[in-house]
Amino acid sequence: MLAHRPRAGMKFLITTKREGDIIMNRKHWTILASMLAVCALLLLAGCNKKENTEQSNNSATEQQAQPAATPIDPATAATVNGTVKFDGTAPKPAKIDMSQDPGCKGTNEAESVVVSGGDLANVFVYVKDGLGNRSFDAPKDPVVLDQKGCQYHPHVLGVMAGQTVDIKNDDPTTHNIHPTPKDNREWNESREEIMLPVKCNQHPWMKMYVNVVKSPFFAVTDKSGKYEIKGLPPGDYTLGFVHEKLGEQDQKVTVAPKETKTVDTSFKAAGE
Amino acid sequence: MPALQSRLFFPDPRGTTLKAIAATYNRGLHRFAVILACWTFLLIIAGALVTSNDAGLSVPDWPTSFGSLYKIPKLVGGVKFEHIHRMIAQGAGLLTIILAVWMWRAEKRRWLRMLAIAAVGTVIAQGILGGLTVLFFLPAPISSAHAALAQTFFCIAVAMAVFTGRRWIEEVPRVEFDQRRPSLFTLTLLSIFVLYVQLILGAMFRHHGLSWWPHVVHAAVVSFVLAWTAVRALSVYSEIEAIRRLSILMLSLVIAQLCLGFTAFLTRVSWGKDAAQPELPMVISTVTHVAVGALLLATTVVLAIQVWRHVPVAFEERVPQAEQNPSAA
Repeated sequence: MLAHRPRAGMKFLITTKREGDIIMNRKHWTILASMLAVCALLLLAGCNKKENTEQSNNSATEQQAQPAATPIDPATAATVNGTVKFDGTAPKPAKIDMSQDPGCKGTNEAESVVVSGGDLANVFVYVKDGLGNRSFDAPKDPVVLDQKGCQYHPHVLGVMAGQTVDIKNDDPTTHNIHPTPKDNREWNESREEIMLPVKCNQHPWMKMYVNVVKSPFFAVTDKSGKYEIKGLPPGDYTLGFVHEKLGEQDQKVTVAPKETKTVDTSFKAAGE
Repeated sequence: MPALQSRLFFPDPRGTTLKAIAATYNRGLHRFAVILACWTFLLIIAGALVTSNDAGLSVPDWPTSFGSLYKIPKLVGGVKFEHIHRMIAQGAGLLTIILAVWMWRAEKRRWLRMLAIAAVGTVIAQGILGGLTVLFFLPAPISSAHAALAQTFFCIAVAMAVFTGRRWIEEVPRVEFDQRRPSLFTLTLLSIFVLYVQLILGAMFRHHGLSWWPHVVHAAVVSFVLAWTAVRALSVYSEIEAIRRLSILMLSLVIAQLCLGFTAFLTRVSWGKDAAQPELPMVISTVTHVAVGALLLATTVVLAIQVWRHVPVAFEERVPQAEQNPSAA
């Protein structure tokens, strides 16, 4: 019994203290939480604003600094074409399971390595070197990226820096477009970037690659592995051939006025 | 008698031990704390499903979802994982606030009321981290901090469930003094530390901020430290039920976690590297690996709490020399 008496007295004392604490602490916590929330929101808003300002400043500066486009004489323009082959046994295309979204009814094979009869599709071919300090106007027509059957069309896209990309959705479901560039800020279109991965976070199998280059001299191999680059001024060039899984290789080529030259190449399976 | 000793040796300034004298068991409060702990475990699984299904940005905005604070979007594809994770997280936040208010009104132990307030702070910070990782496109450090804080919150929720439990409040703890060095309590703290490091390494790997090998190499360190702790606990203090059961559970979870880690490595790093999308074996193994990891951390934290209660370091070691012998000062 004795042991209980002081406890009862303490309880009363503690309760009294606790009531005072409750009022003070609640006030403090409410004020502190509100201030933190406001600070966090201001910080976020500030960061976004700063980023936008930086982006628009960069774009404006680069547009001002860019020299006028050098005219190319169409009478002397040359053409480079060719076929890209795949050496060895082509890997089986990975299967896609689209069952998690009833709105997706597309082909169920991934397009990471597409080989048909030894011909390799989706290789981005571009003039990597040899154009000197020539500059080119970006085409006014946009390039189209379509989302159909929960796949990207095309799987590999070439676009000039400054050119508009028109993104369409032909699916009865929503997609998001998430580019993950290495050299540029997300959605910045002012500098070159090759094989910039783009993905849809809602449908994880949806992947494609955008190639942003400074010149209009680029192409993507079709299902028969063929490409063609027209309108090149005569000169010595380095062609870059880039595949999303198989890497990059270069080829030297010299073209005379009005000449059509064939440059073929081949890729080996990764690890061979 | 051991209980009496513990009270004599470890009085706190208010005349109570960690087992507060004035505390009374509140069944409703305890059950609510247990529900919060279970809900948090569910939330961790939901979060792991988001990462394993690569659905982190399927809802691209925050705090809104596709521009709305209350509308539920069509739950298909990655949206299903991300939005359900957000809804469970909102539930966890609400449960935590209710528990904190309830504790503030009903709980007599001030330190436990403060722990409940800390839980509210943690759940708010966790929500903000989750939002930041969406707004900044899943940077590895923020996503990893989100993963680590999730398990910290889970440990707090489990600890609150333990502290409000009937056994904790009404049991007279059996106390045995620890004379060995390092003490068992030190070993449990070391175990928590290495588990945290492992958690961060694993999260950094899952969020593409680090290679797999630091996580795999550190698994050996974790296994060694936790095995050392469990062996010490079982060989010396196996008569204390709380410590025996938790040590066996911890050891079992370590073994399960090693097997799951190996499976997750196979399905993700070895077999799944060329997969077009996250495949079911990879999703199941990685999510289970995260869930068992959370259970292991929480078990180790509770073991540390029970060791602190039942196997304290001897009095002479806890008090500075000058305070032990006032005449020498």
